[in-house]
Amino acid sequence: MSEGGNEFIVRFENVGLRYGLGPEVLQDIYFELGAGSFHFLTGASGAGKSSLMKLMYLAMRPSRGLVSLFGRDMAITPRTKLPALRRRVGVVFQEFRLLNHLSTFDNVALPLRVAGVRENELKGQVEELLSWVGLQNHMKARPPTLSGGQQQRVAIARAVIARPRLLLADEPTGNVDDRMAYRLVHLFEELNRLGTTVVIATHNQQLVDRLGHPEIRLEAGKLRMLSNSQGGIERKTAADGSPVAPFDPEVLNYL
Amino acid sequence: MFFRRIDIALDQDAHARFLPLLIAFMVYLAILAVAGIMVLNHSIERWDKGISGTLTVQIPPPQDSAINSDATTSAVNDALRVLSNTPGVLNAEVLAEDETLELLRPWLGELAGQADLPLPRLIDVAIDRESGVDTQALSRQLSVSVPGASVDDHRVWLDRLVRLLKTVELIALGVVAVIGFVTIGTVIFTTRTGLALHSEAIQVLHLIGAHDNYIARQFAGRALWLGLKGGLVGLIFCVPTLLAIGYLAERMQIEAIPNISLGVPQMVAIIVLPLIVAGIAMVTARVTVLRTLARMP
Ligand SMILES: Nc1ncnc2c1ncn2[C@@H]1O[C@H](COP(=O)(O)OP(=O)(O)O)[C@@H](O)[C@H]1O
Ligand SMILES: [Mg+2]
Repeated sequence: MSEGGNEFIVRFENVGLRYGLGPEVLQDIYFELGAGSFHFLTGASGAGKSSLMKLMYLAMRPSRGLVSLFGRDMAITPRTKLPALRRRVGVVFQEFRLLNHLSTFDNVALPLRVAGVRENELKGQVEELLSWVGLQNHMKARPPTLSGGQQQRVAIARAVIARPRLLLADEPTGNVDDRMAYRLVHLFEELNRLGTTVVIATHNQQLVDRLGHPEIRLEAGKLRMLSNSQGGIERKTAADGSPVAPFDPEVLNYL
Repeated sequence: MFFRRIDIALDQDAHARFLPLLIAFMVYLAILAVAGIMVLNHSIERWDKGISGTLTVQIPPPQDSAINSDATTSAVNDALRVLSNTPGVLNAEVLAEDETLELLRPWLGELAGQADLPLPRLIDVAIDRESGVDTQALSRQLSVSVPGASVDDHRVWLDRLVRLLKTVELIALGVVAVIGFVTIGTVIFTTRTGLALHSEAIQVLHLIGAHDNYIARQFAGRALWLGLKGGLVGLIFCVPTLLAIGYLAERMQIEAIPNISLGVPQMVAIIVLPLIVAGIAMVTARVTVLRTLARMP
């Protein structure tokens, strides 16, 4: 199914989510993300930002309502089709979730290996991206030996290596200073320019205000869309939604 | 399979280290049991072929050894006459005295060499079982014509022996089955522990878009490797044990028991057995992982 034109990358209708038998942490969620849009997901701690992200990266199924991704209704998508969809979603987890026994290179190569890309093909891509994020001298290092900022860059590299159509970042600026936070957001803007739909969860209101992307706000499990404009920055991708072009060397400048 | 990349640090799992040890022990026991089964089967077959087409007529030695030869010879001739008139009897042959002694040696030992031992005369009779020889009728007829003569139908005791051996064989098969279950149970336990230990890495792989197969393959490959390692050790320890049993059997000169040595097909079966156990470990790990992953969304 094409994602060009008026297709939505993400569509939530009347979604509710509860953990086990607990109360609904998300209630009556309705929103749509157009292809190439850029949104901030805001809300106080505990408002449900991470939970909403989990629904988008298919870590959980909603307790009720409709979640559709890339135009597919997740409720009727067979389980065997989900890995292929997950590969089109890049996630920067709040706690990075790097595999500590693997080198930086292997961590970043993981999404490609999982997708069956051959070693001789992925080697160049991974090395190139690691150079772009300034980790060319740390390819063999294991995550525990890296600084917080370096680990974050590994996590981001892993999220974008397979050129996802949808990039989700859960408080990626949480553990870094302001300067680094802006640099990271600029990196995501670059990716967005190349056609990737981006959602960044953050509680850094200053950042949101300054960059002026539309904001999805969660308040105690309910959602408010503060601006319904299409947040996509002018894109370089073809309108037919063909695969995102290789990384622009400009991205380097932001790191 | 196990030389593929492994993204999950399964090779660092301390809990899995005892798996090869256990598999080695299981393979060791399984090989002994299977070797036993094969020897028994072989013996049964050989006895069946060698004995079932024959029976023995026994003419007891006279009470008074002084008047021995004439009376016995005529009794033997009487018996031969009866036999030649019985349908289904192919051949009847009187065993010479030293042949009789040789047959008895396993039971009598050196005693068999003593000349004044009263020996029965034995007639080796080849019969055609297909033609339905009535050995009981033959026995009755013989005892009328030749007082004291008895028919020893090997089939009867052979059947009893075979039944006994079949029971032993069933027990050995039971042992093999138990070994299989224990191996499967242990691999399931080890795999589940591994799944719990590496749940974070597994979740990350899952969310990155790994198929269940991709994850299961790593566990299966690991189990295969551990199984092969254990199986090889078990096999290696089996060799001296089997040789020792063979040696002891030979030394004790249990001649009633046919030789215990294994042929080429048996050797092949024993070498294949560790591979089978490793295969079972691999499949079990795979199924366990796939079942667990199926519960993830
Ligand atoms: N695994 C979980 N089990 C039970 N409750 C959870 C779990 N994760 C989050 N919650 C609850 O869901 C609500 C929203 O949490 P979360 O989505 O993490 O919010 P945020 O990311 O905005 O801080 C909170 O009340 C939290 O306690
Ligand atoms: Mg959160």
